[in-house]
Amino acid sequence: MTRQLMTGNAAAAWGARLADVDYVPAFPITPQTEIIETLSRWIGEDALDARMTMMESEHSMITAAGAAAATGVRVFTATSSQGLLYGMEMLYTVAGWRAPFVLVNVSRGLAAPITLEPDHNDILAARDSGFLQIHCATCQEVLDQMLIAYRLGEDAGVRLPVIVNLDGFYLSFTREPVDLPDKSAVADFLPPFDPGPTRFRAGKPVSQAVAVLGGVPYSYFRYEVELAARAALPVYDEAAEAFAARFGRRHEAVEAYRCDDAEIVFFMIGSFATKAKEAVDRLRDAGTAAGLLRPVLLRPFPEAKLRGALRGKKAVVVVDQNISIGKGGVLHCELASALYGQRGAPGALVSFIGGLGGRDIAAEEFFEMAAVAAKAAESGETPPPRLLYTGHELREMRKLQAIAHVEHAEAGETP
Amino acid sequence: MSEHFERMKDLPSTHLLGAGTALCAGCGGLQAVKEVYDVLGPNTVFVNAAGCMTLMSVYPFTPFRGSWLYTAMASAPAGAQGVRDALDVLKAKGRMTAEEDLEVVVLTGDGSANGMGLSAASGAIDRGLDFIYLCYDNEGYANTGQQSSAGTPHGAHTSTDQTPAGLPGWKKDLFAIWTANKPAYAATVIGGEPLDLARKIDKAKAIEGPRMIIALAPCPVGWDYDPEHSVEIAKLAVKTGVWPLKEYVDGKVTHTRMPHPRTPVEEYLKLQGRFAHLFEPERNEALLAEIQGHVDAYWEALDAEG
Repeated sequence: MTRQLMTGNAAAAWGARLADVDYVPAFPITPQTEIIETLSRWIGEDALDARMTMMESEHSMITAAGAAAATGVRVFTATSSQGLLYGMEMLYTVAGWRAPFVLVNVSRGLAAPITLEPDHNDILAARDSGFLQIHCATCQEVLDQMLIAYRLGEDAGVRLPVIVNLDGFYLSFTREPVDLPDKSAVADFLPPFDPGPTRFRAGKPVSQAVAVLGGVPYSYFRYEVELAARAALPVYDEAAEAFAARFGRRHEAVEAYRCDDAEIVFFMIGSFATKAKEAVDRLRDAGTAAGLLRPVLLRPFPEAKLRGALRGKKAVVVVDQNISIGKGGVLHCELASALYGQRGAPGALVSFIGGLGGRDIAAEEFFEMAAVAAKAAESGETPPPRLLYTGHELREMRKLQAIAHVEHAEAGETP
Repeated sequence: MSEHFERMKDLPSTHLLGAGTALCAGCGGLQAVKEVYDVLGPNTVFVNAAGCMTLMSVYPFTPFRGSWLYTAMASAPAGAQGVRDALDVLKAKGRMTAEEDLEVVVLTGDGSANGMGLSAASGAIDRGLDFIYLCYDNEGYANTGQQSSAGTPHGAHTSTDQTPAGLPGWKKDLFAIWTANKPAYAATVIGGEPLDLARKIDKAKAIEGPRMIIALAPCPVGWDYDPEHSVEIAKLAVKTGVWPLKEYVDGKVTHTRMPHPRTPVEEYLKLQGRFAHLFEPERNEALLAEIQGHVDAYWEALDAEG
């Protein structure tokens, strides 16, 4: 094992390399491109015995990934944002093929307006696709979760593709110290891909992804996917346990930070959860019993673990780096559905939207959110979802608008 | 010329494609697929794009002795890329023998081939993908009830072009698009000319790289004629010069049939309900002349080239 400083993108590439992938259909998109460039370099240097094929779109890339997995090789691919949505039809399609592979998504906000910086609307749009989802908060997690993801998706009782998600910029381009496991140790943890009967060979004809007529066979196959995803919960726990035993790093399906005795709990995914950890420490210094709960596994949704961790809490602050337009935060809805009607469910579930398009969430905002949540718990009245934005940010925005107004006026147009 | 198929009696006598699919009676596309499959043999994997042929394999039945993968409307060539690459990786790494290898064949209609599937096909040509691209061209989105596609001919009535003039546009030249990008092989075929078809598939089979076969596929439902006329209409498509039979090899296009003298195009048109408005309630001489002129111009340009 060696320790290196590396970006989240490099950690993802190392994950693919250590998993000894056979095939990488690829297409560039910021902030993911460094991953496929790194893999291409290693293939060129014979450090990785894999084939990379540059596709002409993400829709084709995901099709090729699924088709290659259905032919019996271990596949890796990566995308981000617009690319994930361009390939959305195929996410649903290849999940139904039950041909496992790993796709890294480097989260980035969606157009319009077009941006390069991160939030989670891209990955949450894939929420219902049949891909399992693992959300990382550090570069080390990116590497480790790649290995767990292959073991999870390829499990005979699961057989589903897995998305490993990391935030653009905050992880993709941020160097952190990462322990690189030995290849031989990884080989013990992750045996070679056994495609079973899902493969194409002369003399062994097989029809894959055929049409069905009517709701009876359709429902049957869709329910099979749902049951496979549910079966992934214990398989994940088992894989995480085996990973911890071999490599000494434990990656629970749900990370709980100072949660046991907490009264106010932040609920977040991804790298911004590390900001919440810092805020939890400072809130505790200031006398508030705060904690953080972070689902690492989002699909399947680790409902029982979340209920257990939140039982008896005063209030939960759900911070969504996404908006389901016209409704609010996606995680808020997910958590509410898990908690409603449960004995000992938290007294208040308060929703905040923040961190869109890379916008920071400052320490003071965590303090404010905790205060709002405490008040909601005491009063028994939950405020509507709140969109985080500071007075300072609004002033900065007004300045930009002032410039736009001047430019409009000079061009003789009515703004 | 292929040495395997000199006469009609040389055509395969055993047929690989099973019966009982949900396709329409008299389907010219199915006829072409059947004839192609007999020459290719069972060591194939068909990678299907959404279209009429999607209904060939409906759980738990398939008419194929070989393999099948249904993808989506826009990305069958990308599916073929994934399968081909995976087979090559498995062979290179010694996890599969050469005898277990398969011919990868995209099966697509003209709607996908001329429209949303064109990007993926173009990418596959760029990458020199070793595959056969088989397009059954029934000149419309036939599976959904014959809406106009980029393969629909000028003047035809479809369920989305019902004015007296029919479709105002012209059929896209998919053969020219492919050959402009220098594939390993390209050919036009039609099920009603099985010997010509078999020779071309036999030739394509022996070549590596992107190979495109486009089969005009008379469609009783979409073109509005009795299924018993499918073969007659196919033969007329060739005799009138509406559907030139040709192939592209080593940068050169050769016509494998020179219809001479050419039968007037209206003999082909008048058998099909989709062109009935050219004849009833009165003959649309201008439109008929325009269509005939378009066909004549194609062959005259060919004569001029020598």
